[in-house]
Amino acid sequence: MNGSVVEAAAGVRRLRRAEFPELLRQIHDPPRLLYLRGGGEVDLLARRAVAIVGARACSPYGSQVARTLGRELAVAGLVVVSGLARGVDGEAHRGALEAEGVTVAVLGCGIDRDYPAVHADLARRICQRGLVVSEYEPGVEPAPWRFPARNRIIAGLAAATVIVEARERSGALITADFALEGGREVFAVPGEITGSLAAGTNRLLRQGATPLTSTADVLEVFGLDLVTATEPPALGETATRVLAQLAESSATADELARATGLDAGPLAAGLAELELAGLVGEADGRYRGVRPAD
Amino acid sequence: MLARTITHALVGLDARRVEVEAHLQNGASAFAIVGLPDRACQEAKQRVRSGITSAELHWPERRLTVNLAPAELRKEGSGFDLPIALAVLAASRQVTEESLRGHAAVGELALDGRVRPVAGVLAAAEGAKEQGLSRLFCAAASAPEAALAGIEPVPLHHLAEAASYLRGEWQPEPFEAPADLPAPEGLPDLAAVRGQERARRALELAAAGGHNLLLGGPPGTGKTMLTRRLPGILPPLTRGEALEVTRIYSVAGLLPPGRPLVTAPPFRAPHHTASAPAIVGGGSGPRPGEASLAHRGVLFLDELAEFPRPTLEALRQPLEDGLISIARVEGKAVFPARFQLVAAMNLCPCGARGDPAAECKCSAQRLAAYRDKLSRALLDRFDLLVTVPRPRAVELAGPPAEPSDPVRERVVAARGRLREGRLRRTEGAEKLLTRAVERMPLSARGRARIARVAVTIAALAEAEQVDPEHVAEALSFRAPNELAAAA
Repeated sequence: MNGSVVEAAAGVRRLRRAEFPELLRQIHDPPRLLYLRGGGEVDLLARRAVAIVGARACSPYGSQVARTLGRELAVAGLVVVSGLARGVDGEAHRGALEAEGVTVAVLGCGIDRDYPAVHADLARRICQRGLVVSEYEPGVEPAPWRFPARNRIIAGLAAATVIVEARERSGALITADFALEGGREVFAVPGEITGSLAAGTNRLLRQGATPLTSTADVLEVFGLDLVTATEPPALGETATRVLAQLAESSATADELARATGLDAGPLAAGLAELELAGLVGEADGRYRGVRPAD
Repeated sequence: MLARTITHALVGLDARRVEVEAHLQNGASAFAIVGLPDRACQEAKQRVRSGITSAELHWPERRLTVNLAPAELRKEGSGFDLPIALAVLAASRQVTEESLRGHAAVGELALDGRVRPVAGVLAAAEGAKEQGLSRLFCAAASAPEAALAGIEPVPLHHLAEAASYLRGEWQPEPFEAPADLPAPEGLPDLAAVRGQERARRALELAAAGGHNLLLGGPPGTGKTMLTRRLPGILPPLTRGEALEVTRIYSVAGLLPPGRPLVTAPPFRAPHHTASAPAIVGGGSGPRPGEASLAHRGVLFLDELAEFPRPTLEALRQPLEDGLISIARVEGKAVFPARFQLVAAMNLCPCGARGDPAAECKCSAQRLAAYRDKLSRALLDRFDLLVTVPRPRAVELAGPPAEPSDPVRERVVAARGRLREGRLRRTEGAEKLLTRAVERMPLSARGRARIARVAVTIAALAEAEQVDPEHVAEALSFRAPNELAAAA
């Protein structure tokens, strides 16, 4: 396909290998060419970046961790790189967008495609300030064998890679392998040893990946400090009690009612207050603290 | 020789006056019914003839024509048997036409001349009353139903009784209508639900504010059990409401024998394989569907995501307007359908999601497809969304919970305060709502929904105004991100 036609058609830019950011040029087999779309500058790819990847069918816990990580890394000024997939990838992008930060999505299909289709809107939002990149020319269909190849670009763009949740044979582990191969930092979020969703990440930890216990662990690599909210929001008495209980473990509303002795009404009000303050998240009826416990 | 009786045909819930004309002419013995009778009505010939002879009355062996006027209105069912038989008796001068004046009739005849009850007697009786008729011939079992319309029934066990009555030889026992609404009985009680405080709270709010409620959660956590207890905490029906409901049940032929008046808020739970006409109503002579049978009560859709999309979309009219209109060639039938919608669904197709004891095996695609089945527009109709977790063994072994009676008293009191319409949001509550709309993916409709629920919460709390804590609690019942379309 003629390059100039492509550029005219979809606002797609092309980046030759010589113009790649330093980190991407260092990998074992950098792509010949990168297609770019979105409002972000090309230099953005050269900025310090962290990749956040993980399972598509992630748990509520995994999606919360991914979103918080994405947000806090973006607040610290880092670029969040991921693969636009469902689950962890999408949450990481969303977290960065929430913080009005910059995020880069690397596709495993033609640059003009939004894959998966449910993330078309997410891709549009990423494009406002960030970039969507791919080594495939417009019109290339998504295919299973293209995604591992895509992962080498994700790992290549980032100085550090975080695996949030991964099953035993997850694509996220391929990303981790690429990162290790390139001598980049690899973090894995520890998970329950009884759940299959953490089998891959826990194996990484056993093999020597750095356990991620807080966003600060990643920021340390870059010599950055965690930017906490300007000041902790003033919480009501009920909300404080509920938050203290949730620091122990995640719980359903009914379990919280029993543990705190609160009636369903005031408890619900407290939970809503905590959710609004961004301290607690809910999924499938379970509430959990969003921040790592102190 | 010609004679007339009056009866009523039903179009939806409306009774239309039908004149039954019987004409005897000289000629070979024949019997024809004209005037657009359906199959059941055509078969009246056999029943009427056998019924009259069994009642030891005389069957005129001449040329008999029965016309049901107006001829363009379709006549359905077996309720025309009795008026046809009476018209034949009058035409053959076995009773005087005079004696029939001021009377309407509805009922089916058995071959031995007994009179059987039919559906829709209440509506027919109301129609008769409206046209200034004073008495209604009907089956004895239908008499209490007819009396509800304020017309005096002539309860019949047998056609022979009608003949003796018309000849002035027999009077039925004067019918005494019960003075009071009998109390509803046998509604399931909330005391049987252990634990589930949050879901109970949502149920109470739904009852107090008339909010539609969506329950999510793994199977077997008591979603259905909870919902079945909603009618028991709703305010009892007023006499007017009870009559509305009874009229629908009467037309559908669903009135329980011996209890002519429906006094408890109905509860209907159609299966997800039910067709759209079965749920919203339909058929050639339109009949009320489940949505109308749930009028002034609860329509429960279990496994909401399994219902076909057209069925769910068809429910949007009644949810909006409280009625269902069905257009037919002969005109439009309107059924009331002001119900409270309660729906339940699993959190994923396999059902394991949200259950700590099981692992969900659904792929991300299957999960997304499952959730995409519910349109945003439909989800927006639910004011309250709550996830029902699996109760722990400790909860199930706990003491019995609060029974329905005190809950219903609170609901009734809150409804009173809501009717006064004096609850306004304080400045703090307004601010909180605005902040929430900014932070959460809330549409304008979502904002209105939360404002509505907050008022209900304030009314239940006997507050003077809507405080921030009421808004906060209302926020906790918003669409969980999981159920809402991907943000």
